[in-house]
Amino acid sequence: MPRRGLRSASGASAAALALLVLVPILVLLSAWHQQQWETWQHLLDTVLWRLVGNTLFLMVGVTVGVLLLGVSLAWCVATLDFPGRRWLEWALFLPMAMPAYVLAFVMVDLLDYAGPIQTQLRHWWSDFPGFSARHPLWVVVTLSLVLYPYVYMLARLAFQAQGRAVLEQARILGDGPVRAFFKVALPMARPGIAAGLALALMETLADFGAVSVFNFDTFTTAIYKSWYGLFNLQAAAQLASLLLLFVLVALWLERRGRRRARFSELGGRKVMRVRPRGAWLITLLAFAVLFMAFVLPVSRLLYWVVETRLDGVDARFLNLVWRTFLLGAMSAGLVLVLASWLAWVKRHQSSAGVSVAAQLATLGYALPGSVLAVGIMVSFSAVESRLNAWGLPVALVGGLAALVLAYVVRFMAVAFGPVENALQQVRPGLVDAARTLGASSTEVGQRVYLPMMLPGLLTALLLVGIDVMKEMPATLLLRPFGWDTLAVRIYELTAEGEWERAAAPSLTLVLLGLLPVVLLTRRR
Amino acid sequence: MRILGLLAGALVMAGGLWGCSEPAEQNELVVYTSRNDHLIKPVFDAYTESTGVQIRYITDNAAALTARLQAEGERTPADLFITVDAGNLWNAANKDLLQPVESVVLNANVPTALTDPDKRWFGLTVRARTIVYSRDRVDPATLSSYEDLADPKWKGRLCLRTSKKVYNQSLVATMIKRLGEEKTEEIVRGWVGNLATDVFSNDTALMEAIVAGQCDVGIVNTYYYGRMKRDNPQLPLALFWANQDSSGVHINISGAAITQHAPHPEQAKALLEWMTQPAAQSLLADRNLEYPVNSAVKPADEVASWGDFKSDDLNVSVAGELQVDAVKLMDRAGYR
Repeated sequence: MPRRGLRSASGASAAALALLVLVPILVLLSAWHQQQWETWQHLLDTVLWRLVGNTLFLMVGVTVGVLLLGVSLAWCVATLDFPGRRWLEWALFLPMAMPAYVLAFVMVDLLDYAGPIQTQLRHWWSDFPGFSARHPLWVVVTLSLVLYPYVYMLARLAFQAQGRAVLEQARILGDGPVRAFFKVALPMARPGIAAGLALALMETLADFGAVSVFNFDTFTTAIYKSWYGLFNLQAAAQLASLLLLFVLVALWLERRGRRRARFSELGGRKVMRVRPRGAWLITLLAFAVLFMAFVLPVSRLLYWVVETRLDGVDARFLNLVWRTFLLGAMSAGLVLVLASWLAWVKRHQSSAGVSVAAQLATLGYALPGSVLAVGIMVSFSAVESRLNAWGLPVALVGGLAALVLAYVVRFMAVAFGPVENALQQVRPGLVDAARTLGASSTEVGQRVYLPMMLPGLLTALLLVGIDVMKEMPATLLLRPFGWDTLAVRIYELTAEGEWERAAAPSLTLVLLGLLPVVLLTRRR
Repeated sequence: MRILGLLAGALVMAGGLWGCSEPAEQNELVVYTSRNDHLIKPVFDAYTESTGVQIRYITDNAAALTARLQAEGERTPADLFITVDAGNLWNAANKDLLQPVESVVLNANVPTALTDPDKRWFGLTVRARTIVYSRDRVDPATLSSYEDLADPKWKGRLCLRTSKKVYNQSLVATMIKRLGEEKTEEIVRGWVGNLATDVFSNDTALMEAIVAGQCDVGIVNTYYYGRMKRDNPQLPLALFWANQDSSGVHINISGAAITQHAPHPEQAKALLEWMTQPAAQSLLADRNLEYPVNSAVKPADEVASWGDFKSDDLNVSVAGELQVDAVKLMDRAGYR
């Protein structure tokens, strides 16, 4: 039976995808073969519990932060009318393009004792007591400001997809916008919000750049301390694999978020908007977020770019920009295709195996980039060595294909969430109806799936594209000769403490990230 | 979507083929380096110009490059490994990733204290880590040594960078070698007790804090001071050469090594030797305001203007040997 053959083939392809992500992780897990009690004992005795506490604090803080910002802004933009809504709707995506470590540096630079703000305050009041720019709360604020777009983006899609009917029903029942939000809209948008939150939390767990600017020690600090400080990559890999436990919790929460979720059809693009009293206040708040997360850091970067007189911006710099863009576009396309395939197989084959494979394929996002990069490199290198032994002279490590595959391993989760979400919006009944009406499978694809899923697909493409362009550790370790990117240059300069000179590549990276944001949001 | 798939597939395939690094030519060397592109490229360009040998290189941090050398094993394309901090070189040598080099030129140009005792790596430039102070609020006569910064007279006046930075790990490692663990831990606890504020994540921010009056003294690498001074000639800070009556200023190196499985060991040796010669030494050191290892070469005028000093004559490999102990000690002492 060809159909059965197709089913098992598609199941096998899902398993293969999961394997691709799993192998580097297994390489890391194999580190448990060698016991590293000495390092563990030291960490347990000295810093580990403080670091775990800090990590939990950060996770809770970022959860509150991104939900507060992401959900409320998405709701306002999708359903309320306020001055400037049309441009704030897309402008609120912009912080997405801001790498967390860049915002972190700008924040510390501005807010520290020696920074312009406190200096000015001391100038006005000579007895100004001062405050610490490296307080844990600032870390939460910084990460929330760069990560809320994940939630905003997916929640906004959900709120818009709910359409007019929801609000009308709520209004008929006499609810104001606030009650309608909590009783109807929020529960319906829960899957999208949960998917966005899961992404934000995974990124928080894996972050090293931003927290190290604040010198805020988290679990990743222990990982890098073991690796760089104690020369113990095995212990680092062991610690990193423990992060997967955190992830399982996050995924379980997301599952719960999806359970009993109700999906509706697209209710048409015209959402009824209400203009509440104090609409200006919403404008003001939205702009404040935008200002803190985007306008302020961008102006600071601009200031440095001018100060360093475009030092280092030459023909080679243009090459960096081009490579960065190429890698982003290429990898985002591939990741999107693979994620769509995985979501498709999962939808049509409700076997536990496929479900697990899909889950495993998204684990790569939560591991600290450099540790995962080593896992990828080691596994690719092993494959390469085997192939060479068979007489096939391929060079995987240092080849472009390896780098792109590394991005697939790392960013599958980023595309899979939005894509699966979009696919679920297409109720099977709808497809059956189209079929009954005599539509061919191509027609169903073109006239049912594609239009309904397009916003979700584009969102996924955008998220992955930007993430790839910002990606540092895997790019550094696996890039072919000459394939330097903007992130590579930023790394090199900041590693030597040359933050001002890193402003030009940073600003260019942000602008490059804006490109897809603008394309996505201007599309009507 | 199907079109998109085909497109992505085609692109990746094309990229894969195109990216497959072709084996290095006879007249070509491959370098793995943690030095910055803008610092190392002029050096390589100069070498290519004078010898015709092309150099391809990858930049990344030392730990990642070490892991890559280890994973690649005999198949590595890398001929040379160039990085900063003796600890990183020591670690690579310890993992059998570097090969010993016998060279009259290297022995003549690089002081023994800045060379691996087994000749597997060689210093290229020297980086000094010393005390910086506020000219307005500190009388240099009250300064003497790193150890003295643990004295209660500096309570609330000291700024330090994080212990996660290898520079501080190396400094503490040499202190362990000279003073023993117990005494060193006491000093580090003293430092932590004297801190004016949380530790900083870079040397520049630390110096800005001294300028702003948050603290009065700190420990920094001299080239960060040089960079700041270049931007602001009126900088109200000065360097103090630490431990002149005892062990001397703590120094570390940037250095180079030939990898264990280098495809072109002879050419690699030629490049390594060339880098210790006067012309290359100035190129390597001056751009980042570091000191040449070759004592026949003068540092840049700017660097020379900070004065001469006596430096610690322990072999820099101590930084590697005792780095793990230093990290553990600082954790115990609560130095973040």
